[in-house]
Amino acid sequence: MGITRSHVFFVTGLCVGFLYMHYIVYSDPNDVMKMMNVPLLMFKCSHPDKNESTLSQNVRVLCWIMTGPRNLESRAKHIRATWAKRCNKILYMSSVETDFPTVGLNVSEGRDQLYWKTIRAFQYIYQHHQNDYDWFLKADDDTFVVIENLRHILSKQDPKKPVYFGRRFAPFVHQGYMSGGAGYVLSKEALKRFIEGFDKGKCTHFSTIEDMALGKCMETMNVEPGDSRDVKGRQTFHPYPPDKYLIKQQPRKRPWYLIYDHYKPREGPECCSDHAVSFHYIYPVQMYMLDYFTYHLRPYGYKYRYNPDNTISQKCFITAVPLRKYSNP
Amino acid sequence: MLSEGSSFMKGMALGGIFCLVLALLGSFTPGMQSSPEDQHHHHHIKAPSTDELQRLSEPQMVELTKKVRVYCVVMVQPKVLVYWATAKDTWSKHCDQAVFYSSESTKALEAVDLNEKDEWARLRKALKHAYDNAGDLRWFFVARPTTFAIIENLKYLLLVKDPNEPFYIGHTVKSGELEYVEYDSGIVLSYEALERLVKVFKDEEKCPERGRALWKLSEEKQLAVCLKYTGVFAENGEDVHGKGLFNGKSVSSLIEESMVKNPQDVVEGCCSDLAVTFGGMSPSQMQVMMFGVYRLRPYGHDFHDSLILLPPEGSDND
Repeated sequence: MGITRSHVFFVTGLCVGFLYMHYIVYSDPNDVMKMMNVPLLMFKCSHPDKNESTLSQNVRVLCWIMTGPRNLESRAKHIRATWAKRCNKILYMSSVETDFPTVGLNVSEGRDQLYWKTIRAFQYIYQHHQNDYDWFLKADDDTFVVIENLRHILSKQDPKKPVYFGRRFAPFVHQGYMSGGAGYVLSKEALKRFIEGFDKGKCTHFSTIEDMALGKCMETMNVEPGDSRDVKGRQTFHPYPPDKYLIKQQPRKRPWYLIYDHYKPREGPECCSDHAVSFHYIYPVQMYMLDYFTYHLRPYGYKYRYNPDNTISQKCFITAVPLRKYSNP
Repeated sequence: MLSEGSSFMKGMALGGIFCLVLALLGSFTPGMQSSPEDQHHHHHIKAPSTDELQRLSEPQMVELTKKVRVYCVVMVQPKVLVYWATAKDTWSKHCDQAVFYSSESTKALEAVDLNEKDEWARLRKALKHAYDNAGDLRWFFVARPTTFAIIENLKYLLLVKDPNEPFYIGHTVKSGELEYVEYDSGIVLSYEALERLVKVFKDEEKCPERGRALWKLSEEKQLAVCLKYTGVFAENGEDVHGKGLFNGKSVSSLIEESMVKNPQDVVEGCCSDLAVTFGGMSPSQMQVMMFGVYRLRPYGHDFHDSLILLPPEGSDND
């Protein structure tokens, strides 16, 4: 017996009847109003890039920490205990080689040696590791970094392009420069150009102010200062601890610690991205606290408001169950 | 055309009936009511394990999530106005209902004015008021101005517990014979426990309003004494690993302690991933906490939690 039109109608009716009854059974008259906006459907979406291990393989980051003998026990140790292991490679740059382990650079210690340390550190890295990594992050020994969030930003960028990312400051350099304390990350090409700059004498140690001087070299070598803000325009790199930004304030003139910002800074909750990359002036207790907040403490079952991946290009399958809003205080 | 129409209708009817049958069968799955026999004799209350939750069906999960709703009793005073305002703007937004109970009224913020200076009398009045105004909320959480709570984690702890059983949960402290829940780390009461409490409030012998002049107990101990008379005992709230979920100290204090006690494993040795409360928190710390708890996270981590709790409406810091 062939399939007649009656059969088709029957089957269609079967499905319609089933789904309609399903909807009725699991629905509550009180919620009809709420249901009107969006019936909450269960989306099972595949996130090809979200997989942590693939990101780690595809976006290889070498991290180097600017430190010294006096700070190994008091600061660098706690970086080693927390975020350092999430880098593809971690190097602790000091004036002295030790079993910490630290790399001994041909420099002395002191605030006025910071740019020399930076130059020598990048030269060391270029000499030993330039081919093994895609991006090169510099951080201080009082900077807290969330590497996964850094990779998320960099995964959309091309390491073969001359670009570097961080917290963009406006003054002193025409195209601006990246805050040293908040950490900055150079692409493979940017690193190459930095080294080249010094080899060819186009870049020199003209100042002891490390971040500004590096920024000037970047400009000279045509390395572009990237925009590290998230899709909502919130900052990811922070030169100060979270409490400097998050506390709600009355609208006011820029406080001193926001004066240098290139992009108009926001005070209060809009300051900072959920996927923040760094905070600075973070001492050991706060280092562990931030580690606890980022990787451990969480609200069970919470549906986060910020979902940068919420685009139609995801592959999503709608299951047949229309779920209701579970709990909405 | 008629035959096709009737085929369609027959199909619909059959489909609908089929679905109803399935739904009815679904609702007869053996209940996940955890054995009430010794719930209130044990003194540790553990959060549900992943296995426990995976045994529940989807509709059961939905039901449980709907049912576990919390009425927050926040005890405030005008002299700590900043704490009050901060609690209002931060964690308490995640309560199904948050009511502020003040010692005296003030124009600055809305609260139930208890007009009472005595701490114990104030707590009594607040709890009575909460009981009378509970509506259909069945769990009560009492906080001080310096307490920060993560209500989602409280709900997770209470998820498979029956509020018609007496529960009195928090960070328990033993003082001689008396085991009580520490006030600073938050006090959780089930509807049954609160109902019994409100009843025993009327008994001036067992549960005096003004306390005995000679030996005045702190409110937290008074509460434990009164509840004990009704057969309700303090229970320590813990995660599946036995770590306390209710903390009377701030995160920074606990981290500092852990740096001394567990220098090789500071964060693991410190506090639970699903902690419910921290005490001794300043208003600034609470604002930062909102970011740390509800927003800051590494891209790509997926926890595969068994239920969904939505953020509160119209909020800008979580």
